[in-house]
Amino acid sequence: MIVAFLVSFMASAGFGILFNAPKKALVPGGLIGAIGWVLYMGLSSRNHLAQVFATVVASFAVTAISQCLARIYRMPVLAFNVSGIIPLVPGGIAYHTMRQLVESNYIAAIQSASQTFLISGAIAFGLGLGGTIIPIMINKWWPVAKQK
Amino acid sequence: MKHAHSISEMMEICLLAGKLLLESGAETYRVEDTIARLASSGGIESIEVFVAPTVIILSMRKPGQAEDYTKLVRITKRSTDLHRVTLVNDLSRKVSREFCILEEAKEKLKQMERDSSPYPPGMRITAAALVSGCFTLMFQGSWKDFLPAFIDGGLGYFLFLFSKRFVSVRFFSELLASCLIGVVAKLAVLFGLGKEVDRIIIGSVMPFVPGVLITDAVSDLMKGHLSSGMLRGAEAFLTAFAIGTGIAVVIAVW
Repeated sequence: MIVAFLVSFMASAGFGILFNAPKKALVPGGLIGAIGWVLYMGLSSRNHLAQVFATVVASFAVTAISQCLARIYRMPVLAFNVSGIIPLVPGGIAYHTMRQLVESNYIAAIQSASQTFLISGAIAFGLGLGGTIIPIMINKWWPVAKQK
Repeated sequence: MKHAHSISEMMEICLLAGKLLLESGAETYRVEDTIARLASSGGIESIEVFVAPTVIILSMRKPGQAEDYTKLVRITKRSTDLHRVTLVNDLSRKVSREFCILEEAKEKLKQMERDSSPYPPGMRITAAALVSGCFTLMFQGSWKDFLPAFIDGGLGYFLFLFSKRFVSVRFFSELLASCLIGVVAKLAVLFGLGKEVDRIIIGSVMPFVPGVLITDAVSDLMKGHLSSGMLRGAEAFLTAFAIGTGIAVVIAVW
């Protein structure tokens, strides 16, 4: 688990560099990515539905932490949540879809394609939910310091 | 003092800021917000702004004037530069709190337009290599596959950056890079450097995942910018398609 945390931290922070994230946001971005990945790994099992559910929870958590950090650092949310979302992207399953298609295994391809779509939908759902609910909560309990 | 700026000057500042934001991958609502904030701190009375990933249409009127002025800017190149998004965002906040006057803001925006990214290409290639290696491990690859994925991802990203100078079609660069990634992964396994081709390839194509497009698409859709959200989603899908095709060609031909 510690290795998974470290590896996903490096992957997310590296993505920060690829997206030209501000230097101050690299370490927090990496941490967010690592937290999201460990959450996902902990929640998902071999079960298909659990994978989708774990993705929703993880991407919601990523968005929630990003919103708070954006408020603390006074930076756009985008600088944090992008690198956090990346580990959840179903790259492996998308690859298998494509591979099955090339090898003319259409039934298997449709199976993993629907899985890819469900997981991408789950990411979008978690992002959208977090992006809608969390700012309302933050504004209610943690109002902006009076701007002069 | 507040009304000292001519309307054309105001429009220039607003559109420059909007253009910088949109070219760097900011969300649609952020671009509209920033333009509205800059304009209202410049004493503009009525503002209408429409932003889509390829265009900004801005129309504004000063108090006491009868007609609206309208201007349109086309956005032809789109990349990802979150550093620049942060800078422009900071600047617009400063202006609206009147910490800095508009002339100063214009100078700073012009300077941002010239400045390149905070990370040199070598560092970005190293980062891509590191990302590739790490993702191979995260997708249950073995440690033996780390090094081939590291090299493969670095090479792929290098080719992507290099070919972008000659080819203006982004999807072609991505296709080319993923072809190279497929070939290198196959070669690495052939020569006994790596164990599993699949894991190496998956890890190495990860640097091309259009993360900013995906998050932008979702947040645009949620904020009601439906056309922008759909366009960004289509762009993300095209990127994924280009990468998939590149790999598929290698697998099919090999």
